[in-house]
Amino acid sequence: MPLPAIQPNVRVVTLKIDDQDLSAREDETIIEVCRENRIPIPSLCHLDGLSIWGGCRLCVVEMEGQSRLFAACSTRVAEGMRVRTNSERLQRYRRTIIELLFAERNHICSVCVSNGHCELQSLAQGCGVDHVSVPYRQAPYPVDSSHEMFRLDHNRCVLCTRCVRICEEIEGAHTWDIMGRGSDCRVITDLALPWGESETCTSCGKCVQVCPTGALVKQGTSAGEMVKDQQFLPILARRRHAR
Amino acid sequence: MNAPARIKVATTWLDGCSGCHMSFLDMDERLVDLAQKIEIVYGPLVDAKALPEGIDVGILEGSISSEEDLEKAKTFRQRCRLLVSLGDCAVNGNVPSMRNQFDLEAVMDRAYRENVTLQPQIPTRSVPALLETVKPIHGEVEVDVFVPGCPPSADAIWFVLSELIEGRLPDPSQVTRFGA
Repeated sequence: MPLPAIQPNVRVVTLKIDDQDLSAREDETIIEVCRENRIPIPSLCHLDGLSIWGGCRLCVVEMEGQSRLFAACSTRVAEGMRVRTNSERLQRYRRTIIELLFAERNHICSVCVSNGHCELQSLAQGCGVDHVSVPYRQAPYPVDSSHEMFRLDHNRCVLCTRCVRICEEIEGAHTWDIMGRGSDCRVITDLALPWGESETCTSCGKCVQVCPTGALVKQGTSAGEMVKDQQFLPILARRRHAR
Repeated sequence: MNAPARIKVATTWLDGCSGCHMSFLDMDERLVDLAQKIEIVYGPLVDAKALPEGIDVGILEGSISSEEDLEKAKTFRQRCRLLVSLGDCAVNGNVPSMRNQFDLEAVMDRAYRENVTLQPQIPTRSVPALLETVKPIHGEVEVDVFVPGCPPSADAIWFVLSELIEGRLPDPSQVTRFGA
């Protein structure tokens, strides 16, 4: 869903998150309120400044009076809402999601260019994933090194679609998209052309900077050398949306 | 003088690079303290020829890649009260498991035929047969403590052993991670 345009007159609601009484603008999402109040919620596809995707499900929270779980990134706050962000059950679900991501493709941290600077890696540590209890799929995925500056390694991709969203919403090029279903799902450039042959790519590198793992990296980086900088995004996003 | 009974520890490496054992040695002067509390009854750091029975803590480095690795893992599981997977190869397969994307035959060809100039041949004597799929230790036997890291730092190993000595089950996520 698109980012809500900032309204001049919005009401303020009061809600309870993990026994903290909080107030928030009614157009805010639960994850935004949590981030403002330093309540930690793990997330992967969510990124401040990009539209909401709600795909990774790591930010799921419990809501009093509701049996199903809600993604904190795609749920607006409401008056009287009571939210729990870190129950035993949520922790277990989050660990399972992370384990499944590790099992789906090749995420061998020790030889990855993003080792030490990877959001999946630090999420695993933060959520207490010290091993993967499901069998690894061991399926090979291609690597696209055709771009002169950047490299795409599908083995490391978690399909968060940050690259797709930033390319369309911030750069305005819409080079990236998604192809296929299930385990065949892949991010593609143009109509699945090699990245280096893409006519729409401006080589701005924003997709590389927001990629949470070692899927999109700079050419010529070795293990642990790929450090990313996402500082630019909230600034650019504000300027885009202010127009 | 009745010194308290030391905890019996056995270690070995399967398909790994021995880096985790090197990291163990990196505990430096703490090894002297450790030696008062644990007794290493078997492993590459001591001279015992056979794995004894009744071990308190078994520490395995490396993944299970060959018939011999599998046999060792099973024996360790039988004879150790607690089994520790030390390092990424043991915990998640790490680099050894990257051959899983290829057929075993293709891997053997690459290593022993394609890249060899003198008498290319597949070794069959005195070496254990490789398994089709490289697995982490817990892919074959039950594991009690997982210590990720490539290698886990000496501090992480010290933390895990100290907790085990105190009779607590450590949470290594506080001190180490995949690829650390």
